[in-house]
Formats: sequence, C-alpha cells, structure tokens
Amino acid sequence: MKSTAILSAIVAFAAIASDAHAQQLSGAGATFPAPLYQRWGVEYNKLFPAVQVNYQSVGSGAGVKNFTAGVVDFGASDAAMSDAEIAKVAKGVVMIPATAGEIVLAYNLPGVTKLNLSREVMAGIYLGKVTKWNDAAIVKDNPGVTMPNVAIQVASRSDGSGTTFIFTQHLSAISKDFADEVGTDKSVTFPVGVGGKGNEGVTALVKQSPGAIGYVEYGYAKNNGVAMANLQNKSGNFIAPDIAGAAATLANVQLPENLRVWPVDPEGANDYPIVSFTWLLLYKKYDDAAKSKALKDFLAWGLTEGQKFSEELGYVPLPAPVVEKAQAALAIVQ
Amino acid sequence: MDNFISHTPNFFDDEPAERTKAMARSLGNRVLSGICITLSLLTLVPLISIVWLVLKNGLPLLNFSVFTELPPAAGMVGGGFGNAVIGTLVMVGIGLILAAPVGILSAIYINEYSPTSRLAKAVRLVAKLLTGIPSIICGVFAFAVVVAATGSFSAYAGGVALAVLMLPTILLTSEQALIGVQNAYREASYGLGATKFQTIARIALPDALSAIMTGIMLAVARAAGETAPLIFTALFSQFWAKSLSEPTASLSVLIYNFSTVPFPHQLEMAWTASLVLVAFVTVANIAAQLAFSKKQ
Amino acid sequence: MPIENTETPAIGDVRVGPDVFRVICWIASATAVGILGWIIYEIVDSAWPAINKFGLGFLTSSAWVPNRENFGVLPFIIGTAVSSFIAILLAFPLGLAIAIFLSENFLPLPVRQTIRFVVEMLAAIPSVVYGLWGIFVVIPLVKVFGDWAVSVFHETWMIPGVDGGPATQVGIPILETLFAPPAYGNSMLTASIVLALMILPTLTAISRSALTAVPKTLREGAYALGATRWEAILGVILPTAAPGVVAATILALGRAMGETMAVAMLIGNSSRLSWSLLSPGGTLAGLLANQFGEADGMQVNSLMYAALILVVITLGVNLIGEAVLRHTQKATAGIR
Repeated sequence: MKSTAILSAIVAFAAIASDAHAQQLSGAGATFPAPLYQRWGVEYNKLFPAVQVNYQSVGSGAGVKNFTAGVVDFGASDAAMSDAEIAKVAKGVVMIPATAGEIVLAYNLPGVTKLNLSREVMAGIYLGKVTKWNDAAIVKDNPGVTMPNVAIQVASRSDGSGTTFIFTQHLSAISKDFADEVGTDKSVTFPVGVGGKGNEGVTALVKQSPGAIGYVEYGYAKNNGVAMANLQNKSGNFIAPDIAGAAATLANVQLPENLRVWPVDPEGANDYPIVSFTWLLLYKKYDDAAKSKALKDFLAWGLTEGQKFSEELGYVPLPAPVVEKAQAALAIVQ
Repeated sequence: MDNFISHTPNFFDDEPAERTKAMARSLGNRVLSGICITLSLLTLVPLISIVWLVLKNGLPLLNFSVFTELPPAAGMVGGGFGNAVIGTLVMVGIGLILAAPVGILSAIYINEYSPTSRLAKAVRLVAKLLTGIPSIICGVFAFAVVVAATGSFSAYAGGVALAVLMLPTILLTSEQALIGVQNAYREASYGLGATKFQTIARIALPDALSAIMTGIMLAVARAAGETAPLIFTALFSQFWAKSLSEPTASLSVLIYNFSTVPFPHQLEMAWTASLVLVAFVTVANIAAQLAFSKKQ
Repeated sequence: MPIENTETPAIGDVRVGPDVFRVICWIASATAVGILGWIIYEIVDSAWPAINKFGLGFLTSSAWVPNRENFGVLPFIIGTAVSSFIAILLAFPLGLAIAIFLSENFLPLPVRQTIRFVVEMLAAIPSVVYGLWGIFVVIPLVKVFGDWAVSVFHETWMIPGVDGGPATQVGIPILETLFAPPAYGNSMLTASIVLALMILPTLTAISRSALTAVPKTLREGAYALGATRWEAILGVILPTAAPGVVAATILALGRAMGETMAVAMLIGNSSRLSWSLLSPGGTLAGLLANQFGEADGMQVNSLMYAALILVVITLGVNLIGEAVLRHTQKATAGIR
C-alpha cells in the first residue's frame, strides 16, 4: 500500500509539466538573512514565473564550503569570506552586501520598560563581572528606575553563528578584558551563561527566565514581544534599538573595494552600536550565461525592490550609497 | 468437591509453609502486575503530552490547502507545504528502496546461511555501530559521496542519506524477526523436501514478516523526521519539484526552517507540518502492520 | 540456532549449482559492512589534521575555544555518557513494562493495539518537535524539580555559624554534587528526560516484538507446571526474549548517543565540565549539530575527530554489552 503511494507520487512528479525555459537558482548559507532571501525568491517568482530561486539556511560556514565546492549557484555568509577562503575558489568571488541586521540585548525584567546599558556594563555582564541587576553601574545609568535585587541570568548562543561573531567583535572592540579573555569568533566560550540554540533558543531562554538577558537579532525580539535594552555607542549616547538607529550607522559606513567591512564601533552620535551587513557570494564567472543573467537580474531586483521587505521582516534596508556600490560589484559578474 | 484436583491453596489441608508460599506467590504476582500497569500508565503521560501539544498547535491551520500550496515566505500568510509532503514521500521511498533489501538480505545471510562466520559477526557489529552514528554524519557522508560527485543537491542524495540512517534498524530488527521464527517450521519444511531458498522464501520470511514490518516502519518513522541528513543533501525548495536531481523540499527541513524563525504564521505552519508528518507515518504504520500481521 | 541443510546436488533437477540467492545475500552483507567502512574512512579522512595536531590530548582537554584553535572534548564525552546512561535508566524499565503490558492480556486486544500505535506514533515525531516540547513543557518542570532537589539534597541541613557567623550548608554526599545549584532549565537532566522519551518507542516496539515471538508452547508449558503469570514472564518468557530485548536496548542506546537536534536544543551546550545534572552540559552529537554549519578550517576537523570518538565509544559500549550478555544469559539455545 505504501509502495503504491510512493509509485503514484513519483508518477505525479514526472507528470508535473516541466517548463523548458525555467531557470533554477539555488543558494545556501547564513541563517540570519534566510527569511528575507526566501521572500525575495517567492516574490520574484510571482513577477517572473520562469525563474525559481531557492535558498536554504545551512550556516555561513557550510555556505562558504558549499560555495567553494561549487554545488550551489550562490552562497551567503554573515562573515563574508576571508582572503584565504577567496583564494580557494577557482572561479573568483564577488561579495555583495544584500541586507543588514542589528543585534539587540533582550531582557526579562517585569516592570522595567526602559533599560540603558553602558559599554562597561555590557562587557561586564558577559564577562561575569556584573552579576546583579541592581549593580551600582546599572543603577547609575538608569535614574528613576528601581532595579530589582535579582541575579543576572546570562544567555548566549550554544551553536556557532554570525550573530555571536558580530556581538563578540563589538565587545572585543569596546573592552580589552573581553578581547583577552574571550575574543571574537562565531562560537566562543563565555565565562558565564547558558547556551540556547539559535536566535529562537536564546529568545525562549530570555522569555522563560525572569532576570535573563541575551543577545539576539532584532526581528526575534520584536516579533516575540521581548523588551530590548538601549545600548551606549562610542559617543556616549544611549540609542534605542530600532531600524532608524541601525540605518544611521550604515549610512556612515565607508565601504572598501571588496565591500567587506564591519562597523565594529560606530562613531556617529545617533548610531546604534551593533549593526552588520550580510553578504551574498557570487562567482566572478559563471559557465552558464543564462544562469548568470538570471542571477544578476534577480539580485538587481533584490538590491532595489527587494529592500522594501526588509523592515517588515526585521532587517535594515541598505542605504543608497551601499546599493550603488553593490550594483557596481554586481556588474563585474559574468 | 473431590471430583477435581484443585491447585488452589486449601487452608485446612496444606502445611503452613506451603500455604505461605502460595500466598506469597500470588501476592507477588499481583504486586508485579500492579507495578507493570502503573509504569505503563505513567509512561503514557508524557507520550500523550507530546501528542496533545502537536495536536493543539497544529490543528488550527490544518486544511486541504496545505497539501496543494507552496510554503509561505516570511511575512506572508496562507500557503501550505505540498511540495514538502511529496519530497518526504519520495526521499523516504528512495531510502527504503536502498536500505530494505540490503538490510533484510543481510539479516537472512547472517541468520540462515552462516550465522557463525566472520562476515556475520562483522555485520552484526557494523549494524550496532551504525545505530550510534549521529544523523548529521549520515548527511555529511552522503554529501561527500553524492553531492560532491554530482555537483548539485538532489533528492537522490537525500535518499542515500536516509538509507544509511535506516539500514541499522532494518538489519537488526530483521535479524531478530528471523530468530523469532521457530526452528520447528524450518525442520518441517526441510522434511518435506524444500531447498534452503524455498524454506527462507516460503516459510521463514512470511512468518517473520510482521516483525520485519515493525522494524521497517520504525526506520521510516525516524527517517521522515530527521533534519540533518537532508539539509546537507537535498537542501530545500520553495517550488514544486520537477526532477529528482535538484534541491527538494521535505517536511522535516520545512519544520526545522519554520520553527527557527520569529514569524508567527510560519511557526504555526511548523506545528501543522509536524502534525501532518506524524499522522502520515502513523497511518502508514498501522496500514503496513495490519496488512502484514501474523495470522494468530 | 537454525539448521543447516546440506544440499545434495541432483542431476536433472534444478537444485544443481551454487545457491544464487546465497550469493545475493552475501553481497548485501558485504555492502552493509562496506558502507560503515566507507563512512569511517570519510570521517577519519576529515579528522586527520585534528588528530595530528591534538593527538590523544583531545580526549582529556576541556577547552573548546574555536577562535584560539584550542579544542578538547572531555566534557562532551562525559556528557554523552551521562545523558545516554540516564536516558536508558529511565527508558528501559518503562519500555519493558509497556512491552510486557502489551504482550500480556491485561487488557482487551483493541485497547492494546491502540496503546501500541500511540507508542509507535512517537517514533514519527521529528526531533525538532521533541526539542520544542522540551522547551515548552519539560524545562519549566525541571526548573521546579531542580529548585526542590537543590533544597533537599544540597542544602539539607543548616549548621548554625560559630559565634554568630554565617551558617554553613551541608548536604547528602553524592546527591549534593549531582544536584548542585544553580538549577538551570537547559540542563543535562532535561536533555536526558527528553532523550529517554525519544528512545522509548524503539525500545518498546522491538521488545514487544521479541516478547510476542516467544512460542506459545513455552508459555503454556510454564503455566502447565503451575507457574503464576509473573513467574512465567520472569522465568521463561523474558529469558527467551532476552536477545531481542537486548537488541532493542542497543538500538535505543545508539539512538540516544547519536541524537543531535533535540539534545542540541535542550542541553545548553556548555563546554564547562560540571557534575551537576542541573547544569548545562554537552554531548558529542549535540556539539556536532550546533557547530558544524558554521565551522571552518580546524574546527571542522576537530568536529570530525569528535564524531570518530563517538563511533569508538559506541563500539566500546557494544563490546561491553555483549560481554555482559554472554555472562548472564541462561542457556536457552535449543528451545526453539
């Protein structure tokens, strides 16, 4: 009975009309921008039914591996690609920033609706030096708010992730102790805290434990209704975590030739301190001209029309100068 | 009263020691039965808790359109997972076509032909080792063997990864199933002049079939629900598949994708997909086992 | 033990020549062995740089610092052992009880069939869903239990301080280490409980199969000799079904040690060695699941090295299991 079901499924499969002009593009890589890329794929397919773009999140590292092995048409990575990695790709690499995200510190303190966290406090929490919510340093930055005498439950990522990479990169830049003790990587050993799997795991941890704090991408905190802290930037201002602050950061960023840059410690007065691009990885030269054209058209759409979906899904739209440079880089792809 | 031999303790006839022993035995019997029933009922509590959670979260979005529509992207409403259902059926099917013959025939070899040979011992050890291999390694292995060789993700690669996952279960349970066939049947068959092959094919296998089906359905159930092997081999697709050698959607990867994003509609879809997956496998399980049940 | 039928070639009859079917079965067996060999080869091939660099120190070091390229898996080895052990400890009695329950006639057949399919339905639940159930249902329960266990085992008695100084807390020796504060939700205990539930269907289904495969004649014989139901079960039926039950346990144990997704979501994946069940921990398989997607360079090699260690541990456990079985199994050969 099961075999007939399978058989009929395969027959149905084969019977589905195959469009001879269909162009299939597949990509794999970072988890963070996956929802946006998949939305692009579906929306673009509505406009151009012949082009089907698939994207699956496998992790930036696996994405780079797949891209290097040549089993996908394009890759995606939160950490771009290092020069060593680029050297391994025979067909050459063009990196294009496709969207950006910001990392927020979500916290669970019933009754505390606004929380300012200074740079020292944030590093201190993740170093295990600031252990209570009514620590003097926190109280100082939050006049008028009664901080409870509760232990800080630190949540971090148990899996490797670009989010951890960007977060630790920022902490290492603002705190020498952190850089020495923990350092920057997609997966680090924090001195304190419990690990949750994925942004959703950390969000769940924060939601379930009063007194918890954890770093997650903006979209997760917003959609789950979790409170987010105002972080202090280099100028000393406490910036609220919304798209406007992140957009301000990106607008001030200087993009180098290979479009790989991280605003590790932004200097603008209204810049939100933890923002990062995420990149799409393309080959410099594709063997299939039709595929290359389809991909270029799709990305041209994504860099312009596709940015309209960013805010709704919790991503930061690319500012105009970045889009221009990205389009220039796209033109290099053959 | 004197017409039948009674085994029950007769308080006025038996010696005290006999009496106590008999009472202790039947008391022990009751206690053990009680423990057994209590433990069983206790275990049912978390089982029902999970089933209840899946039902509660999955039912709201369950309707016919989930089988005919494509997955909704982030921020969209509606949609379904028809392509994922087909993908899972196809890839589990491919895995079964690869794993079942190897598993069952190996079990026949190590049980019927040469149970004590070095190959048989190796096979038994290998099957047990394979059970401990994390599912992610099955995926990585299939990636190295199929995807890297063919240059693209495909349903074939996914099927291979699932086959590796299913093989140990099918092998070990088939061996147990064949062990469970009474030798008397085999002896009778040889006595009637049958060859070894005829004995295996007409006597041993049919008798063991119901237990083999249990093993196969267990393997299928697991394979249908595993994500890691498929992410590295079949990737995923948001569209209807047109061939077996391109990235293919599957229910398990869809559930994984939708449960790790913060968008409420997709989260609900993940539960509905889980419900559909569990329902499908359960129905297939019941059907297969009823069809092949032993005629007691 | 099956009986060999030595074939006498008969001329003019179809029984001449080698048994083609036997050859086919031999090929299948060799394929099974070959596949494992291939997998091990791929794993070793990928793990080689890490084996070269870290050697056996990999197994004894507790550091897992990817950005410093310092890898050691001792906490994960211990975590794998502990979580699997607890999972089997919980699942074996429960699974066996249900298996016996389903193979005896305590309840009418339709009820038994329903319970049987409910249990087997659990095998179909994706590991991600087990993880989610763990997050929503088990973690809150474990937190409550953890707080209670800490207060009972770890802070059992309060000895008043000397001269008005602070009081010291004394607990019950071994249990206080096992249940040391702080009590987290994402902990070894949570992962073990969910693991136990995940391996339960396998254990139950195969044990039930083994129990029902016991010939009726044996059961009737036992009753005829005057045994009570449980004397028959414990004395005759279970020993006869023992190889099947052991096979079920081995399959279940293998699954417990190799489970990736659900464990990764629940165990907190801490590389800090802790003996408390209420602390986060890590398993080798969970480590793989958590880090493989984002790993590159030496980290990938180290993860493959960890996978190799897992295979070796599985081998060790199986060898121990077989030795135990050989020593304790009664001679039931010939009964069939």
